[in-house]
This record gives sequence, structure tokens and C-alpha cells, in this order.
Amino acid sequence: MDWDWNFVWEIMPTLIQGVKITILATILGSILAAIVGLGIALARRSENRLVSRSVGWFAEFIRGTPLLVQLYFIFYVLPDIGILLPPLVAGVIGLGLHYGTYTAEVYRAGIDNVPRGQWEAAKACNLSGHHTWTHIILPQAIPPMIPALANYFIAMFKETPLLSAITVLELMNQAKSVANTYYRYIEPMTLVGAFFLVISLGSVVLLRWLEHRYGRIER
Amino acid sequence: MTQWSGYLGLILQGALVTIELTLMGSVLALIMAFLAGMGRVSRFFIFRALATIYIEFFRGTSIFVQLFWAYFVLPFAGLSLTPLQAGVLALGLNVGAYAAEVVRGAILSVGREQYEACTALNLGRWQGMRHVILPQALLVMLPTFGNNAIELLKATSVVSLISLADLTFQAQVVRSQTGSTLMPFLSVLIIYFALALIISWGVRSLERRMARGLDGVRV
Repeated sequence: MDWDWNFVWEIMPTLIQGVKITILATILGSILAAIVGLGIALARRSENRLVSRSVGWFAEFIRGTPLLVQLYFIFYVLPDIGILLPPLVAGVIGLGLHYGTYTAEVYRAGIDNVPRGQWEAAKACNLSGHHTWTHIILPQAIPPMIPALANYFIAMFKETPLLSAITVLELMNQAKSVANTYYRYIEPMTLVGAFFLVISLGSVVLLRWLEHRYGRIER
Repeated sequence: MTQWSGYLGLILQGALVTIELTLMGSVLALIMAFLAGMGRVSRFFIFRALATIYIEFFRGTSIFVQLFWAYFVLPFAGLSLTPLQAGVLALGLNVGAYAAEVVRGAILSVGREQYEACTALNLGRWQGMRHVILPQALLVMLPTFGNNAIELLKATSVVSLISLADLTFQAQVVRSQTGSTLMPFLSVLIIYFALALIISWGVRSLERRMARGLDGVRV
């Protein structure tokens, strides 16, 4: 096993290119997951049993099946019914949808944790349903769940290499193509691991800070 | 439609590989979880340090990176693994790291009076662990272990990327041979979901069984 530093510097720009796409996919996926999760959580609270049940089963199904197969589904099946998506868009939709079902649970717990008195007070002030949600419930429910949400976004970051399977040129794919060109696997693969380790340990530090900042709010 | 039955056979073959991989990975993960989880609560600094490094390393880098590393880089170090061995190794070590934190949390969740009772009965550290602490901690671990097993099942889909003929791989084979996309991917998604349901059902009934002898002990 011989490690060649010159080779490392040579492939670094290509890998950095991949890191950018990986981070972009994570950020877009996180935004989508935050929105989808809220949608699922609200739909599951719906008065309409049909809506809440079917959304519940749908979320359960997505959570019980691998993201990779879902990505294939979006990438290969949707074009057959006329929806042609660029790989990165398909990947972001897959990430957002998959993790949306996880963040939905976080939203659910967060919303359940808002004391009932707050709902009653909103009613007493004659606020409409919409205003109750946007002015009373969500502003109290969301800050305490930020650390838990961030946790899932870090998990999502570590799943982005899957996008290489649907031809997105993120970090893993760049590393693989470099490795195949030079037929040297040690440096690219190890560097990918190092990138992931550094970024996710860095995000854990950020997470600790978020927990400190939002985790304990006065009850 | 007659042809479809042949392809279904192919997919079922893939399902067998997925099940095999899930079982073997779970066994390895369980062993690693107990080794590292108990290492984290050890008296000896060296065990704590080793366990922490293992856990942080495998949780910090992505499962795909670990898999690719095991499959492509280890051969250069003189350790050639078959795709199945690499898959079991990467899955087991990765999920084991997550499960180790579950073991640690569960051991710490056992009340202090139980430890004091062990001392009062003059049990050694190991005896107390074996007869008093672990039987109670195990029940706390079970539900999360179930979730970890489902995560492992879902993660097995990535071994298709190192040419192991699991469910996801066979779905791709059927897709490329028939050109039909909906049937293979939908049936594979349904099989994964069914397997996940079986795991969560199995864990729940195991939990009921194990809780039986502990009436009045658990809080």
C-alpha cells in the first residue's frame, strides 16, 4: 500500500468540485425535507381520516424502503410517464422526500409538545385556524426541534453518495471516475472518507452549538 | 405476462441475498455494538478510547465510503474480500457503531439503585453486569435495535453498487433486459417494505416475550 502525495494534489481540484455538488444537494435536500416533513405532519393531523391515514401509510412506506431504490424509481420510472428530470433534481427530490418522512416525526413531536393552553388561548383570542398555526403554534414548536432536524440533515449528507448511482457528479462519483482513469483507488477513496469525516464532525460541533442555543427553552 | 414470472424468480433470488446480508450484517452489528457499547462504559481508559474512536469513525464517514473502501482499497493492502464479505463487514461495522450508542445509553439508563444492589450483594462488576444490569438494559435497547435492523436492511441496497446480486441489483437487471421500469422497481420496493414490516413485527413480539419476566422491575 503506497500513498502518493503528488497524486493527491493532482486529483484534489476534481474532488473539491464533487464536494460542492454534494453540499449543494444536501442543502437543497434539507430545504425540501423541511417543507415535506411539515406537510406530512400537518396532513397527518387532518380531520379528514382518508387524508391522514393515506399520508401516514405513504410516509411509513417511504421510511421502510431504501433511498437507492427510490432514487432509481424517480430517475427511471418517471420519464416513462413523461416527467424527465435532470439527475441532480431527481436526487434532491429523492433525498427531500425520504428525509421528509423522518422530519415529519420531529415536527409531530414538536407540535405535540406545545401546551394545550396555547391552543385554547388562541381560540379565546378568536384567531382563525391559519393564524393559530402561523402566529402561535409553529413559532413555539419549531425552535426546540432545530437540533433534531439538523441531526437528520447530517444523516442526509452521509447518504448523498447514493446520487452517484443516478449519474450525479458528486464527491463519490468524481472519486470513482478519477480512480477508474488512473486505476488508483487508495487515494481517492480514502480522501472521500476524510472529506466526509471532517465535514460531519464539523457539523456535529455546529449541532452541539444549535442544541445549546435552541435545545433548552424555558417551559 | 408469462415472461414476467421468470423475472419474478430473479427478483426473489435477489430477495434471498438481501435477507442473507441483513441477517449476517445484524449478527456482526450486534457483536460490535456490545463490544463497543460496553467499552464506552469501561473503567479502563484504553477501552473507552478505542470504542470512542471506532464509533466516531464509523458514524462520521458514510456507509458507502466504507463499503467502497472495503471493496476497492483493502485489496491493495493484501486483503481481498468477496462482495458479500465486504458488504457484511461494512454494514455490520457501520450499524454496529450506531447500535453501540444504544447499548451505552441503555446501560446508563438502568437506575443507580440497581448498581448499589449489586454492590450490596457482593457481585463482581462482570457478574452484576451479566445478571442484573444487562437483562434490564436489553429491554430498553430492543425497540431501537429494531429500527437499526431496518436501517441495515435499507442500507443493504448499496451493495448492488459493488456488483452483489441483491434485490436492487436484480431490479436493475430486469430493467435493462425488459425495458420496463415500473414493474421491477415497484415490486422491489414492496418486498423491502414487507421485510421491514416483518422486522418491526418480530422485534415487537420479542419485546413482549422479554418483558414478561420483568413485571414490577421496570419503571
